Amino acid sequence: MARIWIFGANVNTDQIVPGRYAPYMLKDDSELRKYPFVEARPEFAATVQPGDLLVAGPNFGCGSSREYAPLALRMAGIGAIIAPLFARIFYRNALNLGIPCFEADLTGALHDGQQVEFDLTNGQLVADGQTIQLPPPPTFLQEVWAAGGIVPYYKQHGRFPGQVG
Amino acid sequence: MAQTLAEQILSHAAGRPVQAGENVVVDIDLAMMHDSISPSIIKILHGELGAERVWDPERIAVVVDHVAPAATIQTAEHQFKLRRWVREQGITHLYDVGRGISHPVLVEEGMARPGMLIIGSDSHSTGYGAVGAFGTGMGSTDMALALASGQTWLRVPETVRVQARGSFRPGVSAKDLGLSAARKITADGATYQSVEWHGVDFLPVSDRMTLATLSIEVGGKAGIVPPTGAGWEAHAARRGLTVPEWLRVEDGAQYSRTVEIDLDQLGPQISVPHYVDNVVDLRDLDRIAVDVVYIGTCTNGHYNDMAAAARILKGRHVASGVRLLVVPASSEALRQASADGTLEILLAAGAALGTPGCGACIGRHMGVLAPDEVCLFTGNRNFRGRMGSPQANIYLGSPEVAAATALTGYITHPEDVVG
Repeated sequence: MARIWIFGANVNTDQIVPGRYAPYMLKDDSELRKYPFVEARPEFAATVQPGDLLVAGPNFGCGSSREYAPLALRMAGIGAIIAPLFARIFYRNALNLGIPCFEADLTGALHDGQQVEFDLTNGQLVADGQTIQLPPPPTFLQEVWAAGGIVPYYKQHGRFPGQVG
Repeated sequence: MAQTLAEQILSHAAGRPVQAGENVVVDIDLAMMHDSISPSIIKILHGELGAERVWDPERIAVVVDHVAPAATIQTAEHQFKLRRWVREQGITHLYDVGRGISHPVLVEEGMARPGMLIIGSDSHSTGYGAVGAFGTGMGSTDMALALASGQTWLRVPETVRVQARGSFRPGVSAKDLGLSAARKITADGATYQSVEWHGVDFLPVSDRMTLATLSIEVGGKAGIVPPTGAGWEAHAARRGLTVPEWLRVEDGAQYSRTVEIDLDQLGPQISVPHYVDNVVDLRDLDRIAVDVVYIGTCTNGHYNDMAAAARILKGRHVASGVRLLVVPASSEALRQASADGTLEILLAAGAALGTPGCGACIGRHMGVLAPDEVCLFTGNRNFRGRMGSPQANIYLGSPEVAAATALTGYITHPEDVVG
């Protein structure tokens, strides 16, 4: 089972990890694990479980290009992020790190703390016996997820997704 | 088929005609990396990708601006290692502590030029659009891949056209146009899109950077001002730059949306905590007392911004209980302000001067805010906790409003203090 974490609209990367908690500012990169939503949702880092799902309003991840925002979420083991619209740089960074992002608005359909079953391969959520089908992302994105991120993808294929030759 | 400026630049970078909606692999003209993110880029480049050398040491600019000078032993050590890496890789374009913020610096150096595709480890890399370049921000992994390959992949964006008409009233400037556009487009209205700024031929390049940097605040992948008009010509003449013949605003280019802004009717705009698009007319704002007025950043820390503030502050002193911090965007801006007396006016008015760089914009040093403090900021983000305490309140406004506010201690229309 996966716990649902509900967030509102326009969650910016300063809320996900404030610039003051960047790896650049820390003694050790691994400390980043303590800081996702450190101010916006102080209980998050200590209680989040691997596989948990973030369900947010539109424009998730707006603001800075800091990859340590999605990296902190990956360190926390987030299973997927579901929002009707993602900020562009965040979406790329999450894809590059192999964090699945689905474009759908489920903030009204689910509630914070709800336990659901999540099937990444089929893009399906089962909540209170009801199955929710998430819109399937383009094939090339699924290939990047399957590889575990853009770096393993690039090393496997020797090229960017969609590049010929 | 007629193309937008973004389509023209990405067609050139892809080596074939491309249009909005296509995914393309493109050659990069210039990659910018700064001190804050470089450690992770270098780690991915060598550790994960296994690349030993960067693709082209001449096409990489390394700028120490985010914590400059170093505030902690940790940041000092990162910068020490970064300088060593720069030497090892043979990178010649290192702009170290005090030179200023990456975006204005690369424009001043003539490294950022019209028609270029520039990627940077900073979301405000849209700022290179001030000189008609396609600048876009990327994360550490994309940057590392680009340093290894000289390429990146992206989707060719649709374009939102901002069409300004008329001219600014006294006390109104590019920041007000940018915030007015943010108000109309909203924080995600240009997500995955480019923003083209029209009707601003009269603006100098630094004011164009105000608009180009604010483009990310509406979700823009790039923010491009056509390299035409008196403002561009002055910059081009000084730096010996030309516009590639293939880069021209074309009649019939397709825009997803056009946003019209009548400058003759535009008054000072204020972005209210904690979202950039939460913009109101200053005249509609209640009396907001401030603790700090902060003039700086890649958006509004340029020479012209300091000069605009100085015109209002000349012969006067900031209000009792207000701190006025000035952090120039670059050493060149600071030298210019020093040479013509602008700096003297600011200092005589009570300003405290910081080292050119990002300053407190990311809340790490040089004037971070305490809980419950209120700041009138000429920067680009008023997110909760951006400049320090999450209990602080940040209002965004123009340099003219900043100066007027410093004089009275509350957010003030410039015309109310100009005698």
